Amino acid sequence: MIWRFGLFDSTFEPLLPTHWALLVALGLPLLLGMLAALFPPKRAWPVVLASVPVLASGLMLLSAYDQAGLLRWHWDIAGVQLSLRLNGLSVLLLLMTQVIGGAAALYTPGYLRLSETGPLARWLWPLMGVVLSALSLIWLATDLLTLYAGLELMGLAAVGMLMLSGKVAALVAGMRYLLLALMGSLTYLLGVALILGHWGRLDLQGLAEVVEPGPVAWFAAALIGAGLALKAALFPLHAWLTPVHENAWTPVSALHAALVIKASLFILLQLWSILLPDAFYAPRVIAWLGLLAIVWGGLLAWRTDSLKTLVASSTVGQLGYLMVAFPLLLGPDIAPLPRALAWEGFWLQLMGHAFAKAAMFMAAGNLILATGESTLKGLAGTSRRLPLSLLVFGIASITLMGLPPSSGFTAKWLLLQAMVISQQWWAVAALLIGTLLTAAYIFRLFRYCFDETAPRHRYQPLAPGMDLIALTLALIAFALGLLAHFPLELMHGGSP
Amino acid sequence: MNAAWLPLTALATSLLVVVVIFALPEEARRLRTTINLMAAVVKIILVTLMVRRVAAGHEDIFSFQVIGGVDFVLRSDALGVMFAGLSSLLWLCTTIYAIGYLEGSANRKRFFGFFSLCVASTIGIALADNLFTFLIFYEMLTLSTYPLVVHNGTQQALDAGRVYLRYTLSAGVVLLLGTVLLYSLTGDQSFSSEEGLGDYLNDHRGLLTLIFALLVGGLAVKTAMVPLHGWLPRAMVAPAPVSALLHAVAVVKAGAFGILRVVYDLFGIELSVELGVITALAVAASFTIIYGSLRAIAQEELKPRLAYSTVSQVSYVILGIGLFGPFGTVGALAHLLHQGLMKVTLFFCAGNYAEELGIHRIDEMDGAGKRMPLTSIAFTIGAFGMIGLPPVAGFITKWYLGVGAIQAEMYWVVAVLVASSTLNAMYFLPIVHRLWFRSGPAHGKGSWPKEQRLGRFETHSWLLLPMVFTALVSLGAGLFAGLPFSPLDWAARVANGEYLP
Repeated sequence: MIWRFGLFDSTFEPLLPTHWALLVALGLPLLLGMLAALFPPKRAWPVVLASVPVLASGLMLLSAYDQAGLLRWHWDIAGVQLSLRLNGLSVLLLLMTQVIGGAAALYTPGYLRLSETGPLARWLWPLMGVVLSALSLIWLATDLLTLYAGLELMGLAAVGMLMLSGKVAALVAGMRYLLLALMGSLTYLLGVALILGHWGRLDLQGLAEVVEPGPVAWFAAALIGAGLALKAALFPLHAWLTPVHENAWTPVSALHAALVIKASLFILLQLWSILLPDAFYAPRVIAWLGLLAIVWGGLLAWRTDSLKTLVASSTVGQLGYLMVAFPLLLGPDIAPLPRALAWEGFWLQLMGHAFAKAAMFMAAGNLILATGESTLKGLAGTSRRLPLSLLVFGIASITLMGLPPSSGFTAKWLLLQAMVISQQWWAVAALLIGTLLTAAYIFRLFRYCFDETAPRHRYQPLAPGMDLIALTLALIAFALGLLAHFPLELMHGGSP
Repeated sequence: MNAAWLPLTALATSLLVVVVIFALPEEARRLRTTINLMAAVVKIILVTLMVRRVAAGHEDIFSFQVIGGVDFVLRSDALGVMFAGLSSLLWLCTTIYAIGYLEGSANRKRFFGFFSLCVASTIGIALADNLFTFLIFYEMLTLSTYPLVVHNGTQQALDAGRVYLRYTLSAGVVLLLGTVLLYSLTGDQSFSSEEGLGDYLNDHRGLLTLIFALLVGGLAVKTAMVPLHGWLPRAMVAPAPVSALLHAVAVVKAGAFGILRVVYDLFGIELSVELGVITALAVAASFTIIYGSLRAIAQEELKPRLAYSTVSQVSYVILGIGLFGPFGTVGALAHLLHQGLMKVTLFFCAGNYAEELGIHRIDEMDGAGKRMPLTSIAFTIGAFGMIGLPPVAGFITKWYLGVGAIQAEMYWVVAVLVASSTLNAMYFLPIVHRLWFRSGPAHGKGSWPKEQRLGRFETHSWLLLPMVFTALVSLGAGLFAGLPFSPLDWAARVANGEYLP
C-alpha cells in the first residue's frame, strides 16, 4: 500500500527545470495572492495571466513525472531532513488543485464586483494563495512535520476566508470552525508526538519500515484519525460544515468543499496505510460511519430548504462513498485486484467530486446572486430565465449522482466492482442507496426550477464568464468519466 | 475495412446538434429548425450507409478503453442498425411534428435540445456493443427525457416527472448492479461474441439467474411491463411529440431492445432457455398484454387509452422472445419496428385532434372523420394495425407470433394472441366507429371543445405531413413485407444470424 503513495526511493534525480517548476508550483500562488492584496484585480484577465505560469508548472511536473517516474527532493536544513516526492497521484492532485484554484480565482473578481462584499474583500486573495500553496505542499510532503505545517496553514487560511463575509452568522460559524480545526490539529499533533517519542522519526518512508502493530501504533492512528476526520468533516464530525458554507462567499465555498477537506482525507489515508496497514476493525468502523454518512447527508440535503445547505450536505454524503471504500484499501488479506480497483475508484471519486462540487457551488452561487433568493422555492421558474446556470448545476449533479458517463459513474463502477469481488454486499447497498438519495435531493431542486407557474422576478445579470468557468469545471468532472484511463494509468505507474 | 468513423459520426451528429441548440439563443428559431432538420436528414443518410454496409457483411467498430478491462465500444450490427434506422427515421418525423406543435410556445430551445439528446441516446443504445456502453446511453436517455416530461411545468407535469424518475432511476440502479455483477463474473462481454455465457453455467447457475433477473427487471421498467408500468400513463401529460417519443421511438423501445440484447446477444437464447427464465418472461409478457388491454378499455380519454395500449403492445416483443423459435424471433423483431410506426401515427393523430379541435376525451370524437379526414384515415390505419388486421404492419407481427407459438407448441400463447386482438378491437373499433359513423359537430350537432383553424388543410401542415408519412409507412410495411429491406425482411436477417450459425 505504501508504494502507491510513492514512498520509495526514486531512480532518477529531478532535472534543473523541474526544480524551478516545483518552486513555482509551491510558491507562486502565495506570491500572487500577496500581490493581489496590494492591487486587487477588478477584471478576470489579470487572473488569467497569473494562473498561466502556475498551471504551466503543474504541467511541467507532469511531463517530468511522465519521463522519469517518481521524483524526490531532499534538503538538509540545520540538521532537519526535508524531503518531497512527486508520484502520479500527487501530480494529479496538484493539477486538480491548480485548475480548481485557478477557476475559483477567475470567478472571484466578477463575484466581488456584483455582491456587496465590503472592505475585507481584498484579503481574500492572499488567503486563497496560502490555501493553494499549502495544498500543493500537502500533496508532496513526505514527513509528518511538513504535513502538519501544510495542514495548519491551510486550515487557518481557510477559516480566515470563510469568515471574510463579515456577517454575524459567518463569524459565529467561523469561530466554531476555528475551534474545531485547532482541536483537530492538536489531536493530530499528539499523535505525531507519540510517534516521535516511540520510534524517533517523522519521515513517512522510514516510519513505514519501523512501525509494527501494537498499542502505540493504534493509539497514534486513533489520535491522528480523529483529528483529521474532524477537519475532513467525516461523519459524525461534520456538523460544522453546513453553517460555514451557508454564509461563506461562493469561491471560498468552492475551494473549501472541493480541496481543503480532501487534503485531510488524503493525509488520513496515507498515514493509516503506514500505521495500520493490516488493521481489521479501524477501516471497517470508518466504512460503517461512511454508510451512515451517505444516508444522513442525503437526508439532510433532501429535507433542507436552502440551496447552499443542500450543496454542503451533499458533501457529507459524498465523503461517505470514500469512507465506504476504506476496508478495500486497508486491512489484511485484500486480494490485489479489488484493492487496485478500489484505489482507482477512490481517487477518481475524490477528483470527480472536487470538480463537480466546485462547479456546483459556483452554479448555486450564480443562481443565488441572480435571483437574490437563497431558498429552493426562490428558484421557481429559473429554468426559463437562467438556463445556463441550471445546466451547469445539472451537469455537476450528474457526477454527484454517479450517472453515466460522468466520473462519478466510473468511480462508482470501480468501487462496486471491487466490493462485489470482495463480497462486501452492505457496501454495495450503501453505494446504490446513495445514488437514489442523491437523485432524490437533486431532482427535488429541479422540480422547483421547472415550475412554470411561478411569478416572474427581476434577475440581476451575471458577470461574463461566471457561468462559463463553472461550466468548464462541471465538464471536466463529466469528461473524466470516459477519459478516466489516462489519469488512472498515471496513478499506477512508478511501482518499485 | 473498418469504417470506425461511421458509428461515431452517426452518434456525434445528434450530440453535436444538442450542443449547437443549447448554444443558440432562444429566439434563433429559424436557424435552430434548419440545423435540427439537416442533422436529422444527415443521420438518416448515415444510418442508411450503415445498413448497406451491414447488409454487405461489414460491421464497423469504434472503441477505446475507459478503465482497465472495460471498453467503450460502438458497433453497427444487424439488430443495432435496425433500431437505429427506426429511431432516425422517426426522429425526422417527430422533429417536424414538434416544430409545428410547439409553434409559439415557450422554452423551445430547451425542448429541442433535450429532444435531440434523447435521440442521440437512442442511437448510442442501438450501437452499443457491450453492457457498459449500453448502460451509459440508457441512463442518458432517462435523464434527457425528464425535462421533456415536465416540459409544461404544471403541477401535474412535475408530479409525472417525479414518478417517472422514481421508476427509471431505481431501475437504473438495479441494472447497474446486474451489470457490475456480470462484469465481475465474466469480464467484458461483447454483444458480438459467439460464445455467450454458456461456459459459466455449471458453476454459477444461481448467479447467472440472478444477473438475468436484475438486468431484465431493470429493463422491464422502461419496457413498461406490468407491474412496473406505472410511470407510462402518468407521463401522458407531456406534449404530444414527447408522448410519441416515449412510446414509439425512444424509451419503451430502448427497454425492449435492451431485453432483446440481453437474451440474444449476451446470454444467448440456448442459455436463457436452459436457465428456465424464458418461460417466465413469456408469462409475464402475456400477463402484461392482457392487463394493458383491459386497462385501455377502461380509459375514457384518448391519450391514456393509447398509453395502456402501448403497455400491452410492447410486450408482444417480449412474448416473441418467449417463443424461442425463429418465427417468434422474427415476429418480435419486426414488431419493434411495426409498433413504433403505428404508435407514432396514433399519437400524431391524438395530438392533431387535441390541437385542432381541442378533443381529449373519446366521446368528443363523434364525426371527426368529416372534419379531419386525413387524420382520421391515419388513425384508422394505426388502429387496424394495432388490432392486427391485414394489410397493416401489425398483422404481419401477429401472424408470425401465432405461427411461432404453434411451432413451439405453446398453444396458450395462441389463446393470449386471440384474446388480446379481441380486446384491441374492443378499445379501438368504437373510436373508429365514432370517427366515421356518428354525426357530431361536423354535421351541425353541437360544437368542438376548442376549435382552431391552424392551417390551409385540416390542420397545420407540419402536423399533417409526418402523420401521413408514418401512416403510409405502416401500411407499406405490411403490404410490401416481402421486399428486401422491409422491416420483416431485416428482422428475418437478424433472426437468421441468431439461429443459423
